[in-house]
Amino acid sequence: MNIVVLVKQVPDLAEEFEVNSDGTELDEDCLSWVLNEFDDHALEEALHLKEETGGSVTVLAPGFEGVEDVLFTCLAKGASKVVKVGDFDVSPDSHSIAAVMAKALGEIAHDVVLTGVQSVADLDGQVGPLLGANLGIPHVSVVTHVSINSAAKTATINQEYAGGVLGEFEVSLPAVLGIQAARELPRYAPVSRVRQLMKTETIDEVACDVGMGGGLVVKKMSPPEVVGHAEMIEGDEDEVSEKIVAILGDAGLINK
Amino acid sequence: MSNDIFVLIEHRDGKVSENAYELLGKARSLAAAAGGSVTALVLGQGVGNMASSLGAANKVLAVEGDSVAQFTPTGYVNALTPIVETGNPLLTLVPNTAVGIDVAAGLSAALKLPLASYAIGIEIADGLPSIVCQTLGGKINTEVGFTVGRGIVAVNGGAFAADDGRIEGQPLVETLSASGDAAGVVFKRFIEPESGDVDITKEDILISVGRGIEEKDNIELAEELAEAMGGAVCASRPVVDAGWLPKSRQVGKSGQTVKPKLYVAVGISGAPEHLEGMRDAELVIAINSDASAPIFGAAHYGVVGDLFDILPALTEKIGEAG
Repeated sequence: MNIVVLVKQVPDLAEEFEVNSDGTELDEDCLSWVLNEFDDHALEEALHLKEETGGSVTVLAPGFEGVEDVLFTCLAKGASKVVKVGDFDVSPDSHSIAAVMAKALGEIAHDVVLTGVQSVADLDGQVGPLLGANLGIPHVSVVTHVSINSAAKTATINQEYAGGVLGEFEVSLPAVLGIQAARELPRYAPVSRVRQLMKTETIDEVACDVGMGGGLVVKKMSPPEVVGHAEMIEGDEDEVSEKIVAILGDAGLINK
Repeated sequence: MSNDIFVLIEHRDGKVSENAYELLGKARSLAAAAGGSVTALVLGQGVGNMASSLGAANKVLAVEGDSVAQFTPTGYVNALTPIVETGNPLLTLVPNTAVGIDVAAGLSAALKLPLASYAIGIEIADGLPSIVCQTLGGKINTEVGFTVGRGIVAVNGGAFAADDGRIEGQPLVETLSASGDAAGVVFKRFIEPESGDVDITKEDILISVGRGIEEKDNIELAEELAEAMGGAVCASRPVVDAGWLPKSRQVGKSGQTVKPKLYVAVGISGAPEHLEGMRDAELVIAINSDASAPIFGAAHYGVVGDLFDILPALTEKIGEAG
């Protein structure tokens, strides 16, 4: 079973974002890049599928800032092989990533492709279904359970809806699955192991024309105008607690 | 080419989903601004009889056939592609849900139409749509236009008022046979969630824990506060994904929608997917160490601080007050 996982690096939400002077891009100096958490779940699920079915896990990531750290981390977690795809000057949009990945997968064997259902940087749709459509293979998003039948070349998967209702589907392989959550929390890769692999392992590269993008024009980026920001309660934990108790008392939620 | 607005109607068990009314209400005002009309796209078997609840649309296109009898991404995309291509609407509005994600992207790829996702605002000026998208976990809004002047929009739940689209009526119904097939995806069954020990949708007081709680054992701090107040503990997605609380306790887009009298958000950043599940709570108090966390935009009262100090102190004060 050739399992392929698509990952990408996204801005760390813990950072304060600043928009550049013309208001259409994030100030890159303020950004640090981390592995998209849903892609981490996709990798985790793929590693379990590898244990169940045998085979290999190949991880692909678009080539831009932070790609080496992300791909060596994937190796440390247990990926068989990692590949950098294309070479982008700026963080690519979902259509561009899907386009280069479709080209790369023309040369990389894939029975099933797993990727995160979404990322915090998605603006023009999600990579998984765009890739599935580009390749002309089935795509299902918001997947929480994957079971592969290697002989039949099918996967039984669950798609998650509001209220926790699941839809069970049988999908012909190859297919692209947008993973919402792996069966277990993504494993941790010690930094020392990542550093060690940086010395001994290499990242494969697939060169790709970086394409045309998704057809969106960014007019303006800004922090949301907060309509009703919370009234902030100041003080140490005892003062804060007393004030909350007073608020709850006024609201009739506890006895004063 | 038209100035019409197409709306994908999500439905289950013969019932139109809430998000469909949210989209239809917005579609009406957009169609009025653009000088077009609203077409509701309903896929399934015998779906024409949902038309009476879709009075907000000028026309209902009932797309029927085996390939769309149940939702599958491939079945829906294959049926909708020629319809959107022929109708060439100014905008195709799709809910940003498990159903809409695959449909929006599939149509975008098949028709080479741009797609704007996570939309929370749509305006039309001089005939051109402008869309505000919620990005970076709700920390930055990104306003976009389409290079080709038209496209597909995946709209976040709760972005627009459902009441504006909940209009009874008898719109014109046109029935079509679904083209294409469900190529490679077979719907098997729905699996209803196991009911939990606590129904969080019926609780008046919820103490909700997020990633900031750090470890399973720390949930006890929230349990103690909930007990002191006569409430229950619920959680955001990361806590449930970690297996620290059962799925039945999850609040948000893929969990439960709750409307308690009091919602205390502890260590929850307030990602849009979470806010979707709790925005109608009567009183929201948020405790978070990050002063810029989006949860403070959704809360009535906020505390920037260490939850490990505040929770025990609050539990004690409430015990004294009671």
